[in-house]
Amino acid sequence: MTIRTEPMTVNIGPQHPSTHGVFRLRVTFDGEEILQVEPIVGYLHRGTEKLAEERNYTQIVTLTDRLDYVSSMINNQAYCLAVEKLLGAEVPPRAKYLRTLTAELQRIASHLVGIGFILQDLGTLGTPLMYCFRSRERILDLFEMLCGARITVSYMRPGGVFFDAPTDFWPALDQFLKDFDTEFKEIEQLVLENEIVMVRTRGVSLLPLDLAINCSVSGPVLRASGLAWDWRKMEPYDAYDKVEFDVPTAINGDNYDRFWLRIQEIHQSVRIVEQCIRQIEPGPVRADVPLVLRPEPGAEAYGRVEASKGELAFYLVSDGGISPYRCKIRSPSLINLTVTEHLLVGYKLADMIVTLGSLDINMGEVDR
Amino acid sequence: MNCVLGPDNILHDTVLYRVVYEFVGQLLPCWLSYLIAGFVIMFFLINAVLLGAAIFSWMERRLIGKFQNRLGPNRWGPFGLLQPIADLIKLIFKEDLTPRAADKIVFAAVPIVMLAPVILMLAVVPFAKDTALANLNVGVLYVLAVTSVTSIAIFMAGWSSNNRFAMFGAARGVAVLISYEVPVVISLLGVVMIAGSMSLADVVNAQTIPFLLVQPLALFVFVAGTAAELNRTPFDMAEAESELIAGYHIEYSGIKFGLIQAAEFGGVVTASAVIVTLFFSGWSGPASNYIGWLWFLLKAGAVACVFIWVRATFPRLRIDQLLALAWKFLLPVSIINLFATALEVYFLRDDAGSLATSDLWIMAGINFGLAALSILAFGTMIREKVRPVGSGDASPSPLGVSIAESS
Amino acid sequence: MGLVHLAGPDLARQLEAAVADSVEEWNDDAVWVKTPSIAGVAEFLQADPVLDFQFLNSISAVDYIGYFEVVYHLTSFRQRHTATIKSKIPGRGESIVPSVYRVWRGADFQEREVWDLMGIRFDGHPNMKRIMLWEGFQGHPLRKDFL
Repeated sequence: MTIRTEPMTVNIGPQHPSTHGVFRLRVTFDGEEILQVEPIVGYLHRGTEKLAEERNYTQIVTLTDRLDYVSSMINNQAYCLAVEKLLGAEVPPRAKYLRTLTAELQRIASHLVGIGFILQDLGTLGTPLMYCFRSRERILDLFEMLCGARITVSYMRPGGVFFDAPTDFWPALDQFLKDFDTEFKEIEQLVLENEIVMVRTRGVSLLPLDLAINCSVSGPVLRASGLAWDWRKMEPYDAYDKVEFDVPTAINGDNYDRFWLRIQEIHQSVRIVEQCIRQIEPGPVRADVPLVLRPEPGAEAYGRVEASKGELAFYLVSDGGISPYRCKIRSPSLINLTVTEHLLVGYKLADMIVTLGSLDINMGEVDR
Repeated sequence: MNCVLGPDNILHDTVLYRVVYEFVGQLLPCWLSYLIAGFVIMFFLINAVLLGAAIFSWMERRLIGKFQNRLGPNRWGPFGLLQPIADLIKLIFKEDLTPRAADKIVFAAVPIVMLAPVILMLAVVPFAKDTALANLNVGVLYVLAVTSVTSIAIFMAGWSSNNRFAMFGAARGVAVLISYEVPVVISLLGVVMIAGSMSLADVVNAQTIPFLLVQPLALFVFVAGTAAELNRTPFDMAEAESELIAGYHIEYSGIKFGLIQAAEFGGVVTASAVIVTLFFSGWSGPASNYIGWLWFLLKAGAVACVFIWVRATFPRLRIDQLLALAWKFLLPVSIINLFATALEVYFLRDDAGSLATSDLWIMAGINFGLAALSILAFGTMIREKVRPVGSGDASPSPLGVSIAESS
Repeated sequence: MGLVHLAGPDLARQLEAAVADSVEEWNDDAVWVKTPSIAGVAEFLQADPVLDFQFLNSISAVDYIGYFEVVYHLTSFRQRHTATIKSKIPGRGESIVPSVYRVWRGADFQEREVWDLMGIRFDGHPNMKRIMLWEGFQGHPLRKDFL
């Protein structure tokens, strides 16, 4: 007697206990195995690109904070870079170092969130997550010292940064780096060689390199598949050509590699921050750029940075007015979602959440 | 109207029962005092379990908070000690929903069927010298049998909810439970063989040195198996499936859910009590004639803290890895323990059939070596199959692009 | 370091040689191609070993009132150069443009977004549905005449 079975279609989200924001996934299961996956996004769409056409160039900085909301400094940096390309403006050296420093601190914070939530999805009930957040709180306190806000910082402006760092910022930063060394070692010890973490993530959701390139995947997901491409090295901006750092790469492209890679990137970011502290010189922090900018009519610029999640780029078209004619945001998380189907089909139910965590998407960026 | 329990009555040895029975029997008819004495016993038992579950839930939340560098509950009462009462009040006032298409009788029966085994198990555990609520001479068998009822309860919960997600979780829960029954049972046979009796009081009395030294492998298998049976991390696939699909108790709300949670926490308390009795020599310690119950409570609390510690630390295993662990690792290891213990007992016991303390030390030495070897061997064997080939760590690449040749 | 940006007469000449009658104009930033030949140009750009544009950075669309412009930013990892290809679509109706999904799968969500917010349909895309807004939404918000 053959038992009749039928595949089951299930809706994961948009509200679900596993945080990744408001993300909906329609999955068809055959028992344990995933047959078909359809990601549905747009629950956090706020019309940022249209709003940007109504705000002047300086005001748009506040809009960019809210794209990838765990990584605001880097969003600011991408946008300011694009505007400076549009204007042809030059950023003073102190501002370049300050930007690099804060962007790398933000990258550490963003990766801590990513790592913490991968471990949370594995079922650790939050202990490694709390360890990661303990360090992230210190970084957010540093940001508060700098610009008054923890998450939506709006620290950078076209032409430099908003305000110089206060004098007590530098000792606080040194203290943080010293403490972070021990704190991060604890996290690494807890999770990197943990048998259960390895067994749950190794060999799961492999992403071959040619598919990754063809699907326009960028950032840690691409580097985990084997390509050592980092826009900070390939098209250096701000002070990245003056600091030394490595680009970690992995070969397999499974969940463990994406997880491991983010931990290595945190180490490299700490290196960059230490070099910035040593190399920074006193000077102006903002180029002499008017508050209300009017770029050349017809000018356009594509400014990209290596954000914590991939290649974040702004395509700005100017018509000579105080607002951009078109502000297109190339968001890494949305494009990284292209590989969702490939990464999930054929794997098990329990792997799905961990895989989505390892992609490290942020819905503010996906939906804009 | 003097009602007396004859010495051939099995309830004769339960002192509390006899005292209440004879006291009430002076005033009321014998059959009524029979019932009243029974109720008194059950009253103590249920209170012990539920109080233990409440205290355990407080302990768990505070301890996990400590592990996670944050405070646990601290609003209700000093150190949040009244938090379980606050939870209880909240659950009582919540709306008690039953799905329309659910199987109503089974749905309502599930919390009771889940809680009953926990309460029943605690009845045979001796918590002080010569004191247990019911000193059964098949105590170990009784404990194992009663534990199995939990799997029925989980399946009832999943089936009667009329919800495909609940069924999913319940099917997994049952698979895990029946897989872990076998190693647990086999591991306890070694203890029974050494003690020479299945009565838990006899097991405690036979522990001149604690059995954790004599039977380390059995302790390991029993603790792992019990954690799986209680659906605790790292084995809680069935219920903490709530990361994407809720577990078997998705449709339960209000006090029904409260009772299921009480059953889960109470299960941990009871399992700790049983582990302490079987492996940590129960109530014995200095001055155990007077404060044996205190030693028992402290030891059970320590074991419960270990369960909490493990829960706070490890991520959870996937369902196929769980089952592989039970069948390919715990089962062979427990069978090795059984054979080794059988041989040792056969050769070392004297004519009366009992083992001297020095014999136990010899067995301890042999068993420790055997434990290390077998865990290493089977651990390596099961590890090879789960880890795929190829390493994922690459040294930081030098400046420049390295494109894999496949692109 | 920095990558070389290809454009101007060289790139235009190569494109014209590979796909006949495709190039409309060029300058130092971008090359404009005719709309029907987008797919052919895309295939050539990916397959040609010298140009080797394996990576599609982004697809954007700009509403210039009289016409739409679809912009493709491309990168080659091996050859270390970038390029920008544009295409003008006259009119304001729901125009149809060949999709580059078969060439670069990364165009999947981006083309859906252009359809959703700008109203430019891509012919050859397997799943041309709205992505950011809900099915049944009327209009295309990023157009200049929407609000």
